[in-house]
Amino acid sequence: MTVATSPQVVAPKPRLQPTGWLRYFSFSVDHKVIGLQYLVCGFIFYLIGGLLAGAIRTELVSPMSDFMARDVYNQVLTMHGTIMIFLWIVPVVNGAFGNYLIPFYVGARDMAFPRLNAVAFWLIPPAGLLLITSYFLTGAAQSGWTAYPPLSITTPAAGQIVWILSVLLLGGSSIFGGINFIATILKLRRPGLKLMQLPMYCWAMLGTSLLVVLSTPVLAGTLVLLSFDIIAHTGFFNPTLGGNVVVYQHLFWFYSHPAVYIMVLPAFGLVSEILPVHARKPLFGYTTMVYSIMAIVFLGLIVWAHHMFTSGTPPWMRLFFTIATAFIAVPTGIKFFNWLATLWGGRISLNSALLFSCGFIVNFVLGGITGVALAQVPFDIHVHDTYFVVAHFHYIVFGGSVFVIFASVYHWYPKFTGRMLNENLGRLHFALTFIGFNLCFGPQHWLGLNGMPRRVAEYDPQFTLINQISSAGALLMAISTLPFLWNVIQSAIAGPPAGDNPWNALTPEWLTSSPPPVENWTGEAPLVEEPYGYGVPVEDFDLTAISGRDLWSSGK
Amino acid sequence: MTTLPIETDEHHSDHHHDEEHPDHRLFGLATFLVADGMTFAGFFAAYLTFKAVNPLPTGAVYELELPLPILNTVLLLVSSATFHQAGKALHQNATNRCRNWLLITAALGLAFLVSQMVEYFTLPFGLTDNLFASTFYAATGFHGLHVTLGALMILIVWWQTRPQSGRVTHNNPFPLEAAELYWHFVDGIWVILFVILYLI
Repeated sequence: MTVATSPQVVAPKPRLQPTGWLRYFSFSVDHKVIGLQYLVCGFIFYLIGGLLAGAIRTELVSPMSDFMARDVYNQVLTMHGTIMIFLWIVPVVNGAFGNYLIPFYVGARDMAFPRLNAVAFWLIPPAGLLLITSYFLTGAAQSGWTAYPPLSITTPAAGQIVWILSVLLLGGSSIFGGINFIATILKLRRPGLKLMQLPMYCWAMLGTSLLVVLSTPVLAGTLVLLSFDIIAHTGFFNPTLGGNVVVYQHLFWFYSHPAVYIMVLPAFGLVSEILPVHARKPLFGYTTMVYSIMAIVFLGLIVWAHHMFTSGTPPWMRLFFTIATAFIAVPTGIKFFNWLATLWGGRISLNSALLFSCGFIVNFVLGGITGVALAQVPFDIHVHDTYFVVAHFHYIVFGGSVFVIFASVYHWYPKFTGRMLNENLGRLHFALTFIGFNLCFGPQHWLGLNGMPRRVAEYDPQFTLINQISSAGALLMAISTLPFLWNVIQSAIAGPPAGDNPWNALTPEWLTSSPPPVENWTGEAPLVEEPYGYGVPVEDFDLTAISGRDLWSSGK
Repeated sequence: MTTLPIETDEHHSDHHHDEEHPDHRLFGLATFLVADGMTFAGFFAAYLTFKAVNPLPTGAVYELELPLPILNTVLLLVSSATFHQAGKALHQNATNRCRNWLLITAALGLAFLVSQMVEYFTLPFGLTDNLFASTFYAATGFHGLHVTLGALMILIVWWQTRPQSGRVTHNNPFPLEAAELYWHFVDGIWVILFVILYLI
């Protein structure tokens, strides 16, 4: 009896991984499962962080501290910031979409290190639980997401130590993810695929991962020193013991300024994937886009002290960091105009994905302009630590990154689930979010310019009306989550089937079934040399002229 | 009766396809070491900034002797050379020679740790005495942790190269190569640390 002579017969696949819904709760090494694990886990933390934001805005409806005690307010704002940054935006724009899309884009079956990938994800839920349970067990940290000493040394130690532990776990997860992305993008490209043919999200993730690998370890080391100050009573950052608080700020911002780009660069990449598909035009200025990303990575590493203009920085340092920060506006502006030029004259379908992308462009340019303003020392000293900074920051990370996360969910949901989302609910979600967001954070510019300090539960009664408007916006944002939640749950069960490629997109993830099979393609991975070739008959393409040249090597 | 072909690819038992996989694990490790090096860079930056802007208060003791750290430097540099010899021996399929060099390397690493402990106990200042003492212990302690992990790795690799049932062989040198890369990294960090903490 001969069975194995036929080439079609292969060994039975070892069933090491659970299938069905159970795999999303397992130590799966499939990059698509891990990507969705990141996405759903991050969204749960987004809801928790959103509840905390709701608590903050409820407290600020009245000038007095009446909704919660002052120290509870401090814990709530610390947890809100930490959860939204480290458990929602960073894991989702990097981990979720990166894991799901990058292997498709480089033509690989999985990430370079699948097990490390699963480890990186599974560090996140315990870190989040640690942070949240600390509120109930010992009281959470109270010193804000920046944990500036001496405040972080003098507030109750238990909560602060748990916070440090949690951030160290999340930093480790981030570094493991970054290593994986760098190795996957540089080493796992399928034969024939050149670097300058990669979809833009790959470049964004390469730049982001470089920032993660270079800057996150510095934060980890700094937090270890801070925990020594708290537990062992060393004096690194404790002025009463001869230490230096400004050194903490330098080390902290050496990570945390790049962290803004870790949250925003992947969003740039995602929006560069979404716009060409729904405008039916090639991405404008591919090469300038790539160089802009790399310029932002480089400049992002040398601008950190613009967060410290009121910390006694010497004049030469202020001058250097002001100029370097202003320079970032150049590559960012190039990208901004590239997106506008991509939309210009396109056959635009105004669906939810494109609406959220356009919302991102509007919000981000507003946040970018206030960012350039904040880089100017005289202005920054006036509004430092006021609500102007809060407004600027939320225009970048909510108006920027979170809008792109929603755009991406609308764009890739058919690929994730094989079903379409409801367009009307999506547009309702966009309208509520866009109005609520601008109503919430727009007036905060005015509050900051008039001197309302941030991170304080009480304020001058003259700010009451504007704060109430802002809180109404926050309520609208909370309501906007409901149509979204209903939409994603209902469509997963009963949405119309999407087919393999509902948008007629050209990037490789659409050239397989929805949802894709375990190793992405049943046959060989397709070679996509022109991922943005919309609007022009394929035979008219001069590939060498459009895709540019390979930067470092000719691949394999 | 012919049996069905059985998957024998050890690294990718949960990955079932016929394509060739180049090994990127050393590349991944090197990327990790860049990150690890940035942690040390943060410590060194803090130390140098403290030195530049926070002068020692009067009466504070911060004196380092040179002989023991010079001995430590020699121990680590020699251990890098012996590890290289171990790698070369495995490459030439001389397993026993490789195992001997590994043992010598581990012994040198442990000698470094002992010597470092002797230094700790003879120094005239403690962890919390002043800013420089704290930074000194933090930086050397973090490095010592790396040496401890490295020495453990060497002993594990030594165990895995045992002649009959070892996993690390001429054909599968990755664990040894990874430990070697890590060890050279730890030695390089020590040289920088020695210059910054003891010489400057």
